[in-house]
Parts: sequence; structure tokens; C-alpha cells
Amino acid sequence: MSTAPGIVAIALADRLAQRARWQPVEIVFWAAAAASVFLLPGKHIILAEIAILALFALSLDLILGYAGIISLGHAAFFGFGAYCAGLLAQHHLIDEPVLALAVSGLAAAALGFATSFLVLRGSDLTRLMVTLGVALMLREIANRFDALTGGADGLQGITIAPVLGRFAFDITGHAAYVYALAVTFLLFLAARRLVHSPFGLSLRSVKGNPLRAAAIGISVNARLVAIYTVAAGYAGIAGALLTQISAFCSLDVFSFDRSADLLLVLIIGGTGYLYGGLIGAVLFKLMQDWLATMTPQYWQFWIGLVLVAIVLVGRQRMAGWLYCARGLVPDMLRRR
Amino acid sequence: MVTILFDGIAYGMLLFVLACGLSVTLGVMNFINLAHGAFAMAGGYATVVLVNRLGVPFFAALPLAFVVPAAIGVLLERTLYRHLYARSHLDQVLFTIGLTFMAVAATDYLAGSQQVFVKIPQALEGRFDLAGVGIGKYRLMIIVICGLLTLGLQYALTRTTFGSRLRAAVDDPRTAQGMGIHVNAVFAVTFAVGSGLAGLGGALGAEILGLDPHFPLKFMIYFLIVVAVGGTSSITGPFLAAILLGICDVGGKYYLPKLGAFVIYTIMIVVLILRPQGLFSRAQGR
Repeated sequence: MSTAPGIVAIALADRLAQRARWQPVEIVFWAAAAASVFLLPGKHIILAEIAILALFALSLDLILGYAGIISLGHAAFFGFGAYCAGLLAQHHLIDEPVLALAVSGLAAAALGFATSFLVLRGSDLTRLMVTLGVALMLREIANRFDALTGGADGLQGITIAPVLGRFAFDITGHAAYVYALAVTFLLFLAARRLVHSPFGLSLRSVKGNPLRAAAIGISVNARLVAIYTVAAGYAGIAGALLTQISAFCSLDVFSFDRSADLLLVLIIGGTGYLYGGLIGAVLFKLMQDWLATMTPQYWQFWIGLVLVAIVLVGRQRMAGWLYCARGLVPDMLRRR
Repeated sequence: MVTILFDGIAYGMLLFVLACGLSVTLGVMNFINLAHGAFAMAGGYATVVLVNRLGVPFFAALPLAFVVPAAIGVLLERTLYRHLYARSHLDQVLFTIGLTFMAVAATDYLAGSQQVFVKIPQALEGRFDLAGVGIGKYRLMIIVICGLLTLGLQYALTRTTFGSRLRAAVDDPRTAQGMGIHVNAVFAVTFAVGSGLAGLGGALGAEILGLDPHFPLKFMIYFLIVVAVGGTSSITGPFLAAILLGICDVGGKYYLPKLGAFVIYTIMIVVLILRPQGLFSRAQGR
């Protein structure tokens, strides 16, 4: 009597397990990333920036792609992490970068936890207002309390100790890139585990239809709070990485442009699968680099144009093209 | 004290004229238009060009500050915006952020990145004393103009056929459509008027808010607060929210110069905790 549903359940579990398995193309992706350490030694500075942006985009994907929360102020957590790492290093509270990174991430996660309750309330519009408001407020705090943060001049004179007491940051950016890539990879593994876990699956159902998700016994708010907190922690770590690598931190880390650019990164790469942020980060940085050389002052115009064009063409349709080109583009790239 | 109240009201009325178009767009079509500030900026820059370069009298330039953004609004609405009404909020947000970036960069390219000022008539400069209260002439003019506009809007919304159609469309677009109301046409007109009002607000506000290419980004949060706190079901809600925001912002910056900018964020958070659906909005399903 219970065989039919049993079979369905087993088939479903099989499918889910299959999806959680490592695909060859994923291994190729990370192998390529690792190879870039040796093959592109001259580009390590920009590659480190890409790795940080990728981690930041991954963090936004967790809340946008998996939980459906639109954020206009994700830079709030990025900036918070950045200032945490900067202050920890400046006052020699924690000299070991890895430990400082973890602490900054936890601090940002705590902030994410506190603000998540505001984000849960109300409609998309209220969420836009709150996320944007939180980022602006933090920026204002950093600006006003200049005794601590250096105000508009930013945190200066930070010296970052060598990673693990051994690998010092230098002008070539080798240590910086390897460090950023390693952190991004480890956090990616954790995120991958997270989204394929029952928790991750329940998040998808919340995104699909919160009302029904609640009806089958998923505590919607608790899930959203949890993922928002995790994503904030990720963003904080990305920000802390930026401070540690550049040994500098300014108000710019909170800027609206950073949050908006991040949305673009994610849209270029595609939302709702973890590689979207990573691929988007690579493409975005290349595009930004190219535009900035062409028109140093007005590249924002072209960024805007790309956004408008992507929306008008339709994200679904572009995903559809990918779907059509499936024979050429590996299975992994399909939006699921 | 009363002067601060007065300045706050002037500021709030300005915010209302700037943001009311946004509240209607959101109410009628459930469309999030983050590029709203760009229309305000268009009005502001149109006035700057007219008054400073072409020597048009200030008051003659104001109607044009309404017409120019309204025309741009209609054009964009008919060509671009209308494709996005049925799309997700994420698409709308991305699209309008893209438009805003383009407007910012284009203005920067055309007019330079520095702040610009409108030459206001001599008669409007300075203050006068009324029963011991210092009253800025320019701010008084803003209150008069914005007050008249608000009354006009309220009248148009509640007493005219067009107003009834619009309210019907806000309440339930599908039923309104079924009753033979051309919701799309109503919306196009409303969008144009909303953009025009934003432009007028931008022209009037150039003196007080400051006008530079980053105007749409700087004031985005103010517009969002006005609309989210005031709700979208009437214009009274956003009006009261804008006045409240104006008074608190001016008062906060005066009394607590160190913490002034936080006052509005604190209000935003408190309102959200107490009334997640907005301070003055009716409970509604959307």
C-alpha cells in the first residue's frame, strides 16, 4: 500500500543526491582556478579582487537566489567586515589574519542576525528600504565616528601580519591571491553543502511559495533569519579579505554602487546556482576593466546600459539560450 | 523652534512633491521605480539651463520643469517601462537601477559633476520676521506652491472622474479593467504627472537639497521611506509621512548635529517594528 509513495520518495531522494554530487565541470572550474595561480602570475592582484567579488556575490546569491530576498544594501555587511578586520589589525587586537577574518565574519553575521528581523517584515519595497537604509546608516556611522574609523579618509596605516605567520602580503599579490582563493574555495564548499542539505531545499520551497512552505511545516521566518545571517557572515569575510589584502579600508566599502554592482555581477552569472556569482565576478571584472580603460569617467553609464539590456532581453530567455546550447555548454550551467 | 518647524514643513512638502509620483506608480501598477529621482534631476537641470543660460524668468521656467520630465516620462513609459509591469520586482529593481546609473553618468557627461545652482529671483532671497519667527521667503514660496499642488492633487483624486478611475485602478486593477476603465491609459497619464511633479520638486528643491548628478542616488532612500512609511493607498499617507520625515530630519540635524542623519533611520526602524505595513496604509492583500 505504501509502495507507490515509497518509490516516488526514493526516486526523488536519488535525484536530489545526484544533484548534490560533484560534476566533472565543477572540478574543471576549480582546477582552472588553481592553475591560474601558476599560469597567470602577473595578474594576481586583479585575480585576488575577482576572488573577493566572487565570494561577495556568492553571499548575495544565498539570499537572493535561494531565499528570494532582494537587497539594495548588501555592502552593509561587506563594509562591516572590512572595518572590523581593519580595526583588529590597526589596534593589534588580533594579528593573525585568518583569525581576524573569522572574527570579522562572525561580527558581520551578528549584524546580519540583528537586522534580519527588520528585513523579514513587510513587502519587497520595505525590504529595499531597510537594506538600503542599513547600509547608509553604517556608512554614516563610519563617517561620523572619525576618531575610531578615520572618517572620510578611511583607516590608514594598517599593517597586516603574514598569513599563518609565514606568507607575507607583498606588492606582487601572490600571497593575497592564494589566500583569497583558498578562503573563497573553502566557503564555497560550505555553501555547497548548505544548499544541498535539507535546510537548503526547504529554503527553495520558501522562495517558491512562502505560504505553502509554511503549510507543510517549514518555519519560514526561522529559515530566512538563518540564511540571512549566514550570507551576512560571508559578505563580512569578503570585506575583511579586501581590507587585509589592500591594507586599507574607506567609506567606499559601504557605497550603494557596490551593492548595485553586486546585483549586476549576480545577474550576469545567473542566480540560484552557486557558480552564478563566481562566473559573474570574472565576467564583471573583465568588463569593468575594459570599460574603465575606454571611458575612465563614465563607465557607470555602460554598466547601467548592460543592466537595462539584460532585463529587457529577459533573464529567463537568456537562461533559455543556455538551455538550448546545452549540448555545448555542460549540464552544470543550467539554471535549476 | 518654530523656524525649524517651518523649515521642516517646507522640506517635507518638497519631499512629498518629489515622491508622490513614486507612490502612485507603486500603488497602481505595483511597479518599483528606483529611477524616480532621475526625473526630479531632469526637472532640476532643465530649470538650471533655462534660468541660468537662457535667462528665462524663474517662475516661467517652473512649468517647463514640469513638462520636460513629464514628456520624458511618457516616452520611457510607452517604450520601456510598460514591458516590465508583469515582471518580478527583482527585474524592475535591476532595470530602474540601470536607468539611474545611465542618467547619473549622462548628466555628469553633459553638465559636469559639480553641484549646480539655480539663480533665484532677488525677491525670494532672505528672510523676514513674522511675530518673532524668522521665515525664509524661498521656503514660504515652496510651502505655498507645494500646498496648492497637494490640494489640487487631492481634489483631482477625490472629485474628478479621472480621480475615481485612478482610485479604482489602485484598489483593484483587474476589476477596474473589467469595468471599462483603460487602466493602461490612466497609468500612462499618472506616470507622466508623477514624473512631472518630481521634476518640479527637483527644480524647487535645487536650492535646498542641492543638485548634482548623484541626486537620484542620494535621495533614493528618502523616496523609499516616504512611500514605505506612508503606504500607497492614498496621497494623505505619503503626505503625512513626508512632513514627518522633513520635520524630523531638519530638527535632528539642528538639535543633534553629530547624530542628525541617524534620526530618519531610527524613525524608519521604529515605524517598521510597530507598523510593518506602513504608518498610514490600510491593511491590504498585496
